[in-house]
Amino acid sequence: MDRIPILRMGKFLLVTIQIDLYDRLATNLESDLIQAVNKTEARGVLIDISALSIVDSFMGRILGNIGSMAKIMDAETVVVGMQPAVAITLIELGLELKGVHTALNVEKGMDLLKDRIGEEPEETEDDENSTE
Amino acid sequence: MKIEKEQDVIPFRNRVKEYAVKIGMSLVNQTKLITAASELVRNMLKYAGGGTALIEVVSDNRNSGIRLLFEDRGPGIKDVDLAMKDGYSTGKSLGLGLPGARRLVNEFDIKSKPGEGTIVSILKWKNG
Amino acid sequence: MKQDISRLLQKKKKQLLEDWMNFQLKDAGLREDLMSNEELRTQSDELLDSLLKSLTSTNITDPQSADFEGVNEILAGISISRARQGYSPRETGTFIFSLKDAVLKTLQAELKDDPLALVDATLNMNKLMDSFGITTFETFIKGREEVILRQTDEIAEISTPVIRVWDGILALPIIGTLDSARTQIVMESLLEEIVESGSTIAILDISGVPAVDSLVAQHIIKTVAATRLMGAECIISGIRPEIAQTVVHLGIDLSNIVTKASLASALKYAFTMLKLEVKKSQREKAI
Repeated sequence: MDRIPILRMGKFLLVTIQIDLYDRLATNLESDLIQAVNKTEARGVLIDISALSIVDSFMGRILGNIGSMAKIMDAETVVVGMQPAVAITLIELGLELKGVHTALNVEKGMDLLKDRIGEEPEETEDDENSTE
Repeated sequence: MKIEKEQDVIPFRNRVKEYAVKIGMSLVNQTKLITAASELVRNMLKYAGGGTALIEVVSDNRNSGIRLLFEDRGPGIKDVDLAMKDGYSTGKSLGLGLPGARRLVNEFDIKSKPGEGTIVSILKWKNG
Repeated sequence: MKQDISRLLQKKKKQLLEDWMNFQLKDAGLREDLMSNEELRTQSDELLDSLLKSLTSTNITDPQSADFEGVNEILAGISISRARQGYSPRETGTFIFSLKDAVLKTLQAELKDDPLALVDATLNMNKLMDSFGITTFETFIKGREEVILRQTDEIAEISTPVIRVWDGILALPIIGTLDSARTQIVMESLLEEIVESGSTIAILDISGVPAVDSLVAQHIIKTVAATRLMGAECIISGIRPEIAQTVVHLGIDLSNIVTKASLASALKYAFTMLKLEVKKSQREKAI
């Protein structure tokens, strides 16, 4: 697998990272995602890292980069589902993931994005998240 | 274990994890250890083009832990003290790799000679 | 001459055991509440048996000999179990030292015609028994340390309760000093609970923390940062005036952390964040 699939959901892009990434894969993700933001004119990016057992400084930087890059393209980034152990490790490492928002899970992340963008959700919403 | 390309990093992490699980290390400490290992392996790949990593289980009276030894024959580090400072990097990174890794483990030792290579040894106890 | 000692003691084993028991029973520190005489006798018998079996003419002068491993093992087992049962060091020590008395008494009785051999045997047995005594204490202390360690763990666990005060709001009162080990536990249990309960707000109440220095403050800041990474907000409450003073004097920057004086005001703030309202019930008017 060379690429992480990027799903489009209305005005949002959804990325679920299922495997531990090696560096090139992460760099690919960064450029792919930014391309996708441009192409789809997405207003929000949601990255689910609940399956990641490790986020080191490189991965942290990629996440931060995505956040900053998306920001200047007028899209908000939410990182969701971080494992407690990962959060503690990142803090010890001295990384704070500036530039991205965080949320507990996909649902809360979606709510946050909608809040940020200040728009009503699209009709094409995922079933699970239609509790608005 | 030999580390020569990026793809070697993941199996190496898994190997470290196996050992950590075997001695009953807590999840948080596992994560810290593996993250530190990941930083050091990346450094090795990036600046020295690869090297070897050694995993060993150590124990004293009632505590056990894991020691990792990274050895490369790269260009070495000119000023180790400077490299250990937060935010210092010769490459294009955050400069958190070495100092961050040190914060994540219990013992950290680095020896480097310009032109000859670098040896980093880290130790993480099961508890703490 | 030496050959005699081990054999001699073996022959006198019954007598030895009786003497030993008597010495132990005579001792004021005997804990009948913790162990019956029968049990004590079995223990003593087992140890004596193993000792006499491993004792030979050659290793009598060498307390470190590997032959005594079995004896040391039994002794260690007894000491550890005694440490756990709450015996005092004196009571545990008496156990092995009264055996010495018994052995010496037997030797004295048997070798009274040969003073030279007596001195020799006494000296050797003394050394041997002292070495056993040291083993006893080493393991006794080890046993005690284990007890302490377990208690520390337990205290750490009990002292960091995470309470769900409201749907989506967690409270964590911290009582006692915050060191890095404790912070680690606090952080872990808080973050795990956040994930489990899906809470978005955590209130860290530090009114029970006696002093806040820069290190403690750093730990708190770390906890808040970690909570934020998870996607939850963290409020610090219970800032006493003294704490506010030290924090400012130390030049610690808490400005990007939400701080509240009391748990109540923190809860109020949390309600506002969740867009909840607490109202007085209107029922009385309706009636």
